[in-house]
Amino acid sequence: MSNIVEEIEKKHMKENPPKFNVGDTVKVFSKVKEGEKERLQGFEGIVIGMNGGGVSKTFTVRKLVQGVGVERIFLIHSPRVDSVKVLKKGKPRRAKLYYLRGRIGTLATKVEEATETIAKK
Amino acid sequence: MAGLLGRKKGMTQIFDAEGRALGVTLIEVGPCVVLQKKTIKKDGYQSIQLGFGARKKINKPLAGHLKGQKSYFLREFKLDNMDSLEVGSELKVDLFKVGEKVAVRGISIGKGTQGTVRRWHFNRGPMSHGSKCHRLPGSIGAGTTPGRVFKGLHMAGRMGNKKITVKNLKVVAVDADKNLLILKGAVPGKDGSLLEIRSIS
Repeated sequence: MSNIVEEIEKKHMKENPPKFNVGDTVKVFSKVKEGEKERLQGFEGIVIGMNGGGVSKTFTVRKLVQGVGVERIFLIHSPRVDSVKVLKKGKPRRAKLYYLRGRIGTLATKVEEATETIAKK
Repeated sequence: MAGLLGRKKGMTQIFDAEGRALGVTLIEVGPCVVLQKKTIKKDGYQSIQLGFGARKKINKPLAGHLKGQKSYFLREFKLDNMDSLEVGSELKVDLFKVGEKVAVRGISIGKGTQGTVRRWHFNRGPMSHGSKCHRLPGSIGAGTTPGRVFKGLHMAGRMGNKKITVKNLKVVAVDADKNLLILKGAVPGKDGSLLEIRSIS
């Protein structure tokens, strides 16, 4: 990649991007515009994967709403993503936690215990 | 109308003022030198010949035409203020304004020999149930009448490596110090390829 591309990308990247890992339970605060007003909207769930790199790096957050899985993809460096609060640390054994998609109930929220119970079986 | 020559630098993603992510192309545009003014009196039409880029070796006929300028790639443009421009004057990227729409012309990436499915978006045949017609072109015409294949029929062959124009690309940013033009969307060719950029008015 040429230097000028890196230079432009650097300008659009956050100096201190939010720190968290795959498997963490997080609350993502994103800016939402309603008419003239701007407010923060929270989205709480488990980070099930990160994709891409540099300015276009994204992460996927999954949560269960009334038993239905909801996933949202955020751009880490987007100015609309205000902050990410880590509520609980996870202990994942893989980079992508897509196996959580097949789970329902409490199993779907427990990243480390779930893998251990399956290993025991 | 503004028109300049440039070189594709690469693509990336940036955020606009409202926080939306845009896929953009970075182009190094200019500075271009006015090498020749074509007039209705002398050439039968009016245009400006611009030069851009440099090459180590320039042969004698070209050197004579350039008169000491280092430019190598020459293209003709029809600009707004053609009468006021003098031979030897420099044009920079600030001819373009943010928000303006431009058309970009360049040579597309060569794909080599390709079948009809990729080259002309023909439909593929069934892949199973005894079918052997997977990616074949199918019929290319009737029999005795007309007794020949019509000219220009879509067939397999060389794809890409053609001069194409992409229209209505929005100017996202202009940096005159770095000779940089940022357009929303993709432009023809690989990184480093020569491009002609014209404003649409």
